[in-house]
Amino acid sequence: MALLEVQGLVKHFVAERSLFGRELAHVKAVDGVSFSLDAGKTLALVGESGCGKSTVSRLVLRLIEPDAGTIRFEGRDLLALDAGALRAFRREAQIIFQDPYASLNPRMTVGQILTEPLALHDLVPPARRRERVEEILRLVGLEPRLARRYPHEFSGGQRQRIAIARAIAVEPKLIICDEPVSALDVSIRSQILNLLRELQDRLGLAYIFVSHDLAVVKHIADHVAVMNLGQIVETAEADTLFAAPCHPYSRALLSAIPVPKPQAKRSRIVLQGEIPSAMNPPSGCRFHTRCPYVIERCRSDLPELVADGIGHATACHRTSELPSSAAIVPSDGGFSPVLEKLVAAFSSGPEAVRGGGVSS
Amino acid sequence: MSTGPLIDIKDLRIRFHGDDGRVTHAVDGVDLSVANGATLGLVGESGCGKSVTSLAIMGLLPKQSTEISGAIRFDGFDLLKTSDQTLRDLRGNRLAMIFQEPMTSLNPSLTIGDQITETILRHRGGSRRSARERAIELLRRVHIPSAERRIDEYPHKLSGGMRQRVMIAMALACDPRLLIADEPTTALDVTLQAQILELMRELKATSGAAIILITHDLGVVAEVCDEVAVMYAGEIVERAPVDELFAAPQHPYTVGLLGSIPRLDHRAEQLATIEGMVPNMAQPPAGCRFAARCPFVLDACTKALPPLVELSPGHLSRCIRAPLELLVS
Repeated sequence: MALLEVQGLVKHFVAERSLFGRELAHVKAVDGVSFSLDAGKTLALVGESGCGKSTVSRLVLRLIEPDAGTIRFEGRDLLALDAGALRAFRREAQIIFQDPYASLNPRMTVGQILTEPLALHDLVPPARRRERVEEILRLVGLEPRLARRYPHEFSGGQRQRIAIARAIAVEPKLIICDEPVSALDVSIRSQILNLLRELQDRLGLAYIFVSHDLAVVKHIADHVAVMNLGQIVETAEADTLFAAPCHPYSRALLSAIPVPKPQAKRSRIVLQGEIPSAMNPPSGCRFHTRCPYVIERCRSDLPELVADGIGHATACHRTSELPSSAAIVPSDGGFSPVLEKLVAAFSSGPEAVRGGGVSS
Repeated sequence: MSTGPLIDIKDLRIRFHGDDGRVTHAVDGVDLSVANGATLGLVGESGCGKSVTSLAIMGLLPKQSTEISGAIRFDGFDLLKTSDQTLRDLRGNRLAMIFQEPMTSLNPSLTIGDQITETILRHRGGSRRSARERAIELLRRVHIPSAERRIDEYPHKLSGGMRQRVMIAMALACDPRLLIADEPTTALDVTLQAQILELMRELKATSGAAIILITHDLGVVAEVCDEVAVMYAGEIVERAPVDELFAAPQHPYTVGLLGSIPRLDHRAEQLATIEGMVPNMAQPPAGCRFAARCPFVLDACTKALPPLVELSPGHLSRCIRAPLELLVS
C-alpha cells in the first residue's frame, strides 16, 4: 500500500469578488491532480512558478482545504479527520520551506524550537527532552551546544539544518520539502542535499520535493511529476523521465537546464510566449499556446494522462508522433578524468592527497 | 579602438566602515580585465565580493562608509577618480548594469516606455518621438511581443521574464561598451532563464559589448562566458578561459564548487561539500583565506597569502599546491 494516495485533487482560489461577495473569478491553482508515493521514496513536483506545485504540497498536509478530491495517508482518508485526528496526523507529515529564517521563530532558542514539537505531541517525557534535542541536532550535523543559540546566530545552511531538525523531531513518515535549497549557495546546497538523502536512508522518510531546479531533482528524486497550470502533464520514474521525456513541456524544461560544461551539445527548446494565467487557462491542452507541436485538436480537447507499460504517463495528444527525445536533456559529458580524481580527493580529505596534508 | 582591454581593474580594495567601528574587507587586491566583446563570468558564494566589485565599477557604493583604493580604467577614465558628473554621463550610456530583481529596479509609477526614453533623452538628446521609436525598436530586439502596445504599460503588468527583458532593453538603450549583469537569471524559471541566456548570447554576437556576468551558477557560466574569475572572501582565487576552468581547475575552491553541483550524466550518491565557513572578513586570516576549509592544506598555506600565479597562458591560481593534477596522479 502506498503511503500517500492523492486522487483528483482540485483547488480553486477566489481571485475576485463582486460588491456583494459573489465570486467573479477563480485561480485554478490545482485542477485534478492524482499521484501516489511509497514509504521511503521521493516524489519531485516540478514546473514553473505558478504551476500549482506548492499548492499541492499544502493540500496534502491539509494546511489548506481542497475543493474536491481525496487524500489517503496510510489508507486513512485525510479529509475526513476531525481536529484531534488531524493534529495526530501532523506528527506523521512535516514540511520544510525555502526560507529557513522566515520559518524559525527569532525569539526562541534552537533548543526551544526543537523542544516544542516534542512537548506538543508529548513524545518524550520532560526530563528526557534535552537529551533528545541534542540527539536530533547531532543527526542533522549540528553541535549539541548550539541549542542555546538563536536563529539569527546561524548561517543560511545551518538554519535550514535547524528547520530539518524540527521536522524530524516528531519522527514523521513524510516530509514535504518546498524548494529547500533554492535560497542556498551551491556548496551549502550540496550539504543539505546530502543530509536529506542520509536522513531518508536512516529514518525511512518519504519526501515530496518541490523544486524548479531540475539538476537537483535528478539527483534526489525517485519519481517525478511535471506540472503545468495546475495539472500533471507527465509523470515517471526519474531516470526514465530524464532519459526520455515525452511531453513537449517536459522536454522544454529539461532542455533548458544549464550544464557545467562549455560547448555542451544540446538541442534547446526555447519556449516562446508567456505563461498563460491560471485565472484563465487556455482551452484544451493548457500548454497549447506555447507548444511547438500544437495541432488543431490540442486547442479544444484536454488530453488525458495515459500511462505506458512501465508507469510512464503523459498527457499529450501527439505522444506517439513526436520526434525522438534523444539529446533533449543536455549532456554534461562527465568531468575530465583529472577533475574526477580531484573532486574525489576533495571529498575524502587530506589522506587522499599525495604528499599528505597537515593533520587537523 | 585600441587593442588594450576595455576595462582594466588594478589592485581594487574596498573596505566598509561599520557604525560600530568594525572594518570589513569586502574586496582585497582584485585585478581584472575584460577585452572588447568578451564575456567574463564572476563566480563565487554570497558575500565573496563579486557584487561589490561591480558596484564599484558603476560608482554606486556609498561614499561615506566605503574606502576604495586601486584603479578601474575604462575607456580612458579612471572610474575611481572621475567626477560624479562624468560618472553620470557614463552610466546608462557606455556603462550599463542589469540587476537580479527586475521589479525592484524598475520604477513602478512610470510606464516602461517613459523609463527607457528617459535614458535615451538624457544621453542622446533628440526628440521625444525619436526616443520613443528607439525604445520600441529596443523592446523588439529583446523579443517583447507587440512592443508598440507594451511600451505604454506599467512594470506590474509584466511577468518576471518580461520585466528582465525590459531591464535589458533599458541597459542597451545607448549601446553600452560594457554591460554588467548581476545574477540576471537567478530569480527566473528555467524556461525564462533559457530565453534570457539565449538573448544574452545574441547580444554578445550583435552588439560587440563586453559583458561581466555575475552568477553563482556554474552551468550559466559554461554557457555564455569566455573567461571566468572565481572569487573567494574578497579575492580572486582563480582565473581561466572557460574551457580550462571546467577541464582542469587549479584552485581547490573551484574543485569544491564543481563537485558540489548535482550532475545530469551520472548519479552520485554523495555530492562534494565545502566544510566549514567563510572567514570573518573583519579579521581576514593572514595566509590563504580558503586554508581552513581546504582538504589539500599544508602548514605553509596558513603562513603567508599565496600570490596569484600564472600556470599556463591566461590561467592563474592563488594556490601553492597548483598544479593540482600532481596531487592525484
